[in-house]
Amino acid sequence: MEFLLSIIESVTMFLLVDLSPYLKVFLITNFLMVMVMVLTLLERRISAWIQDRHGPNRVGPGGILQPIADGIKHFIKEDIIPGHVDRFLYILAPMVAMIPALVTFAVIPFGDQMTIPIYDELVTFKFQIADLNVGILYIVGVASLGVYGLIVGGFASNNKYSMLGGLRSSAQMISYELPMGLAIVAVVLLAGSLRLNDIVVDQSSFLHWNVFRQPLGFILFVVAVFAETNRLPFDLPEAEQELVGGYHTEYSSMKFSAFMIAEYTHMITAAALISTLYLGGWQVPGLASLGLPIVAEQLLQILAFAAKTGFFLLVFIWVRWTLPRFRYDQLMNIGWRKMLPLGLLNIIVTAAFVAFV
Amino acid sequence: MAIEEILFWFFAVAAVAGGLGVVLHPNPIKSALFLVMTFFALAGEYILLMGHFVAIVHIAVYAGAIMVLFLFVIMLLNVPEETRQGGVWGAMRYVALGLFVFLSFQLSYFGFQDFFGDKQQLVKETEIGTVESIGMSLFSEYVLPFEIASILLITAMVGAIYLSKSKLIIEESKKKKAVEKEDH
Repeated sequence: MEFLLSIIESVTMFLLVDLSPYLKVFLITNFLMVMVMVLTLLERRISAWIQDRHGPNRVGPGGILQPIADGIKHFIKEDIIPGHVDRFLYILAPMVAMIPALVTFAVIPFGDQMTIPIYDELVTFKFQIADLNVGILYIVGVASLGVYGLIVGGFASNNKYSMLGGLRSSAQMISYELPMGLAIVAVVLLAGSLRLNDIVVDQSSFLHWNVFRQPLGFILFVVAVFAETNRLPFDLPEAEQELVGGYHTEYSSMKFSAFMIAEYTHMITAAALISTLYLGGWQVPGLASLGLPIVAEQLLQILAFAAKTGFFLLVFIWVRWTLPRFRYDQLMNIGWRKMLPLGLLNIIVTAAFVAFV
Repeated sequence: MAIEEILFWFFAVAAVAGGLGVVLHPNPIKSALFLVMTFFALAGEYILLMGHFVAIVHIAVYAGAIMVLFLFVIMLLNVPEETRQGGVWGAMRYVALGLFVFLSFQLSYFGFQDFFGDKQQLVKETEIGTVESIGMSLFSEYVLPFEIASILLITAMVGAIYLSKSKLIIEESKKKKAVEKEDH
């Protein structure tokens, strides 16, 4: 009996301590994929609701199995590679679109650090895959690589509509990275650290949430993120009324699906980033005064983070079916003439606040 | 082999292969993509040297912004595939070959002397490449070069805006004058 218990102990310790990084990677990747499925269904149901239609409601109770049917459909559809494409780049593009979208989530903290005793040993759990000291820079750097999938896909398709989509996305991404970066700089100035966890800890009380301390930066960041994720009102790279399908016109079956998964994963990361930078991440106001056990506190914090992220995902969908698309010159005007000066102003005001107050 | 060594060789081979691809591939878009691959491999080497900040800035600035602009311009101008030049320029490849031999001789003589001799232990402090230490040294020891570099960058930026904008302003003022004349 003693022997058996010791085996169980060592196995649990192995699972919780040595395997935990791999477990976290596995769980988060799968969680993102499942969330993408849920989001595709939500998008279709909510759009139907906004436009006073029914939406997909045939597969499963209330259409809940629709994403699975979609997935099966994409997998067993014929995978057409048109004869006029650049074969290697054509196959490479969906992968290049998907990988940066998935790896950006790695540095986002979805819960506080937790130290609890297990078998008389203090074990620290970090609810974050990688706590990098370059934190937010990593997200800015890696997320900007997602555009290569669009450019390469547009180029490899050897089709004028795809090419235009690729061109548009490259110009759009570069233009909106600047206001996004400037908004982030102001947040970093307040927190005094690039680590995302430090930025969350900095917003410990409700009035210290960056959405109240940085209202202008919050608006700039959200608008820039809409442009970076290619969502309406900034979905010019795939404007179906102008460009057929944009950069993915020539793609079919699972390759097309990969572009869609990349877009939705970007959305999830963007929503998680907004809640981390501006809404206090996993912080729940007034939680410490309740005096709950640590595990319950932890669970509540993770739920709070999920709720904040989920709210912004709904905002993404809501905005998409509410606002019309900008014209391309309007897009450039907003980015360069309005948001960039406002972002600089925001930095100057924040810097003065940090220096003198 | 330790994991660092495996990663070093992986990134080193990728960097050199990407560099060769940039020079040798006839299609300009693919050349640019090979350059992106080289940047990635170099960022990997920086991480192995504990330069996390440099690595991520390298990716964000070069791969994320500058190369996207390059691709944008190449696609916009529709640069055709390169073809082999004949005549005098065709003979240039022999000159290049000679220079290559000379350079590799030089490299093997000066560069690899220490490489295969006594291996000096690299400074591998975990603090060396973090944001905090780079920020501290930028604003204390290297503050003057840092400020000079920023002035240089601003000058270049103002110059670029002036050069691209002056033409536009002149054209617009001409149009305005023409309109005013018509009004009178």
